[in-house]
Amino acid sequence: MSETRRVRRRPPTVLLVLAAVAVLLFVLPLVGLLSRTPWSRLGELLTSDLVLDALWLSFISSLAAAFISTILGVPLAWVLSRVEFPGRSIVRAIVTLPMVLPPVVGGAALLFALGRRGLVGESLDAVGIVLPFSLAGVILANVFVALPFLIITVEGALRSTDVRFEQAAASLGASRLTVFRRVTLPMIRPSLIAGVVLAWARALGEFGATVTFAGNLQGRTQTLPLAVFLSLESDRDAAVAISLLLVAISLIVLVALRDRWWRS
Amino acid sequence: MTFGPLDARLIVHRDNGFVLDITLDIEPGTTVALLGPNGAGKSTTVDALGGLLPISDGRIALDGAVLDDPSQDVFAPPEAREIGIVFQDYLLFEHLSVRDNVSFGPVAAGNSNANAIAETWMQTLDIAAFANRSPTDLSGGQAQRVALARALASEPKLLLLDEPLAALDVETRTGLRRTLASHLGHFEGPRLLITHDPTDAFLLADEIAILEDGKVTQRGTPDELRRAPATSYAAALAGLNLLSGTTRGGVLELDDFAQSLSAADTQLDGAVLITIRPNAIALHAQQPHGSPRNTWSTTIRSVEPLGDITRVVLDLPLPLSVDVTPGAVSALSLAPGADVWASVKATEINLSPTGS
Repeated sequence: MSETRRVRRRPPTVLLVLAAVAVLLFVLPLVGLLSRTPWSRLGELLTSDLVLDALWLSFISSLAAAFISTILGVPLAWVLSRVEFPGRSIVRAIVTLPMVLPPVVGGAALLFALGRRGLVGESLDAVGIVLPFSLAGVILANVFVALPFLIITVEGALRSTDVRFEQAAASLGASRLTVFRRVTLPMIRPSLIAGVVLAWARALGEFGATVTFAGNLQGRTQTLPLAVFLSLESDRDAAVAISLLLVAISLIVLVALRDRWWRS
Repeated sequence: MTFGPLDARLIVHRDNGFVLDITLDIEPGTTVALLGPNGAGKSTTVDALGGLLPISDGRIALDGAVLDDPSQDVFAPPEAREIGIVFQDYLLFEHLSVRDNVSFGPVAAGNSNANAIAETWMQTLDIAAFANRSPTDLSGGQAQRVALARALASEPKLLLLDEPLAALDVETRTGLRRTLASHLGHFEGPRLLITHDPTDAFLLADEIAILEDGKVTQRGTPDELRRAPATSYAAALAGLNLLSGTTRGGVLELDDFAQSLSAADTQLDGAVLITIRPNAIALHAQQPHGSPRNTWSTTIRSVEPLGDITRVVLDLPLPLSVDVTPGAVSALSLAPGADVWASVKATEINLSPTGS
């Protein structure tokens, strides 16, 4: 049998060692989590009301946040990449601000703007819309932190596509909206999916803005990360179990999607 | 469907100081080639006609409709211009099938017969067999026909071919030029071919407008250009030797002259159009070594300086234009009536099949 001869070259030791340290940094906490997992009580812990409530809330709020981020983020990404207007770079900077801002600050800012005594919140309150300490508040806080991930991913893709395909579509008589729908969106499909998944993952793990803006009410605003934080005080085993659940969900989704869509 | 003329005066000032100032009038059913070197303003012309670049002054009217006129503050966006464009690299939508590419225009126009229109054009251009394929699975020739069908299915009033053959290698280009020539007649409106290749212009166009440094320096039929080139660039282009004949196994018999030639292309068989660039022919004082078939003795009919080059026209047996350097003129004592030897490499003889 003849096979292609493979020659393995040894990579530089320094790079290998540093890379290994990086991997360790990810793996060690996971091992810690696994070592503390109360395997025998796992089923019982994960089916408690606290966990089931939080799981349901996390499920609903992260998906809703990913959906809203897509609906709002894709148009904004398009405007940022295709329309020239004064102050574009400022808008771009503001959009990415939540990525570097401590989420607690974001939550506080949301409270000042949309809280019952807030800038806009007061008028909303007058017409009966109350965002803080509600499921809508959780979703809003999630969108606030997740939206930048979607915008950055999609805008990057839009900026790297060949606009001549859009020009070709326009020459065939397609309006800008039709071009966007039938040419631009299909061309950035892989990045769009990646952006949605990133936004969803960010929303699923959101803690700071949520707890500040929406509070930590079981069954109303208490998502999985909030439940972990609460349980660390009262029931460590429950905290470990929920953490493991979060790790498992995230890992499954990321691995499943990565091979199918994240080729770019 | 009836068509009207393109009636355009394009004046565009680019930020880098380049100025395009040309008049382009094209009657329906006529192919005009805008022929010029890189940097002459070909892309600016395409962008201005296509609506990607507003003109600074002038007027673009197509079939009576004004598309761009700064003095009247009229500017039609690209999607409203009804100009079908075949791009150099075709720009087919890879996420759509061939059929959906062709029906793209009619669908975008909200035409309820979109599929039927697409079907008709796919039949006409002989691409119906791969209607369900992705454009990524097509050969260069098939992709070109799909691009043409897509442009024509949008029922344009002007067909704009932007360097439709430039992305291809020499051999493919010859075949596709023939296909393109046979399909251009399917569109009855005005046709504009943008190219830097004189062979494209001379073989595909009814009229040639020569674009140099933002201006049309000459416009006329290929014959007129050949007889009386107005600039040295036009002369260099017009010197393109065009002959007709038949080929078999690489041996060329010419229709009008007794001399036979051997071409590198031994696959072709039958009637061909033969082009030889004037700088591909070499002149010698004595008989050179090499293939006796592509070497012959002749006399010089005329010698004409054209700036950097000198155009020498040979007498029978083969009246070809030859471009030489002024240095060669004195070294070989080239003058009307002088005897010389001419030679041309088989690889420099370009064949395109005519006949069906």
